[in-house]
Amino acid sequence: MPELTYREAVRNALADEMRADENVILMGEDVGAAGGVFKTTPGLQAEFGPERVRDTPISEEAFIGAALGAAITGMRPVAELMFADFIPVAMDQIVNQIAKHRYMSGGQFIVPITIRSAQGGGVGFGTQHSQTAENWLLNTPGLKVVLPGTPVDAYGLLRAAIRENNPVIVLEHKGLYNLKGEVPEDTGVLELGKARVMREGRHVTVVGAQLMVHRALEAAEALAKDGIDVEVIDLRTLAPLDTATILASIKKTGRLVIAEEAPHTSSWGGDLASLAADEGIYYLDAPVKRVNMGRAMFAYSEPLESLAIPSVTRITEAIRETAYAQ
Amino acid sequence: MVVINIPEPTVTVAPLDVDTRMAALRKMLEIRLTEERIQEMFLANLIRGTTHLCIGQEGVSTGVASVLRKGDTVTCTYRGHGHALALGMSVQAMIAEMMGKTSGCCHGKGGSMHMTDASIGLLGANAIVGAQLPIAVGAALTAKMKNTGAISVTFFGDAATNIGAFHESLNLASVWKLPVIFICENNRYGEYSPQHWTTPVENLSVRAAAYNMPGVTVDGQDMETVHAEFKVAAERARSGEGPTFLEMKTYRYLGHSRTDTGPYRPPGELDAWKERDPILLLKAKMIADGQLDEVEFAELRDATERYIAEVVEWARQEPYPTEADLLTDIFYEG
Repeated sequence: MPELTYREAVRNALADEMRADENVILMGEDVGAAGGVFKTTPGLQAEFGPERVRDTPISEEAFIGAALGAAITGMRPVAELMFADFIPVAMDQIVNQIAKHRYMSGGQFIVPITIRSAQGGGVGFGTQHSQTAENWLLNTPGLKVVLPGTPVDAYGLLRAAIRENNPVIVLEHKGLYNLKGEVPEDTGVLELGKARVMREGRHVTVVGAQLMVHRALEAAEALAKDGIDVEVIDLRTLAPLDTATILASIKKTGRLVIAEEAPHTSSWGGDLASLAADEGIYYLDAPVKRVNMGRAMFAYSEPLESLAIPSVTRITEAIRETAYAQ
Repeated sequence: MVVINIPEPTVTVAPLDVDTRMAALRKMLEIRLTEERIQEMFLANLIRGTTHLCIGQEGVSTGVASVLRKGDTVTCTYRGHGHALALGMSVQAMIAEMMGKTSGCCHGKGGSMHMTDASIGLLGANAIVGAQLPIAVGAALTAKMKNTGAISVTFFGDAATNIGAFHESLNLASVWKLPVIFICENNRYGEYSPQHWTTPVENLSVRAAAYNMPGVTVDGQDMETVHAEFKVAAERARSGEGPTFLEMKTYRYLGHSRTDTGPYRPPGELDAWKERDPILLLKAKMIADGQLDEVEFAELRDATERYIAEVVEWARQEPYPTEADLLTDIFYEG
């Protein structure tokens, strides 16, 4: 079973889909000759040519809108939006155009667009190059939102996104690009909208995505020594959300901790708490606990950024508190 | 006394053949009379929301459509009824859509500002100023990559030339040398503000120079001039020479939207533009060339009016969408 970095997995997914379908094209700032700012596209322009792997001007609204125009006329564009902090520059095209095009035309078009973007903190890029962006997008029906957290998911979910006949935003975590993991040869195309139970446990359920999942797994290891058996769920896809897997886990453990690299208000963590209240309230033996960034921003200085993003320690304490809550 | 400056043609404007002229005249009457009826229906609360009418601007959409071929694509603005009808949308599909009926072009999910019909190449009418330009650039990218020979056209207003999407789109289309034609319908007002309050240049076509593409200011009231100037741009695009920016000088007789009575217009301006009405200009040429007389024109007008009235009666009987339609078409399922 080959081991790949998350970065290599992204690149392999792009290459495999471009080989499979000549309508798949790539566009973005420096994705061609330079191989991408995060080096997720090296060699693709050499293999597929400058027509299919297109360097764009720094002009997010134009090339994201162009991806829509290309998608509704027969291409399957994959657009790279470099840092997720740049998503608002193209927000009109994403939320008013791409998300609504099929609906407001009465279903006349399919809109097979994939937008890739790198998000997340922990690497010292400061406030405008670290943002997690999923909550900006989740308020918009018509978009699928995917947050791969491992190399195998970076590969299989990106391939699924490119094959999807709907707009999919794939938010890669820039702190995970060097993460290594097994990507079995037969991984193929994974299914969107399915969470993954990363670790089974009986006492407390922890739900998260990307960096938070890896920190929750560390926390679970530590707590196991104290006899607390933690189940960790990687959501993988935020829209559509796999509510069945979450509810089944709450039913088993009766206790829920939600870990997010995002502010407290108007985020998917609140939606999960709402789900637990609406459909899982009779399973719960303790209050739902949310661990997130509160009102903090992604600061530049390392001590500040570390305080802002939920740490292994904070997640561990939240789980412990929930485990013993009466 | 308001003086209208009429741009000189940059190409020879030859008279179109009688069939093309007659088709254009019929189409302009269809657009004019359909929109007049839409205005009545709005004021009578038979149609909800808002509407943006293009009465006075019919020469532009009709002139452009007279050059387009099957396979060409168009994106346009919320002032888009004229573009849709000129491209061949049926009056039924439009009126039913305006009334929110299932038999509308978007099954009632679009409305006045989103007339869309993939079967005639109309990719969408946009309610966000300027947002349709990048989409047209993408359609042109498909045409180029698939080598279809098609061209992509996008209509927008004068005020859209101050928005970022306009500049980004011209730039991208030019560096990628795409077969897209940018058509600015300069009706002199961005909502309620006259052009000179918001824009430091009189002829917007000068903005094309910054993107190294031809920019031409055109008499948008004369559909034959529109046809001739657009034809040059279309041939240029089809032969792989890249984009063109055409500024069509035109005028809307009614306000920006439903409730605007246009108090900001200088006295006499509207009357001066009505002297150069696109329908009357073509009609006068056809009468002068012995292709039409007043009686035939009156008959054509009456027949179009009767037809539209029949369509309205039909649309009133058509069913509305139901709860079963609420959540369909958000995603393609399958």
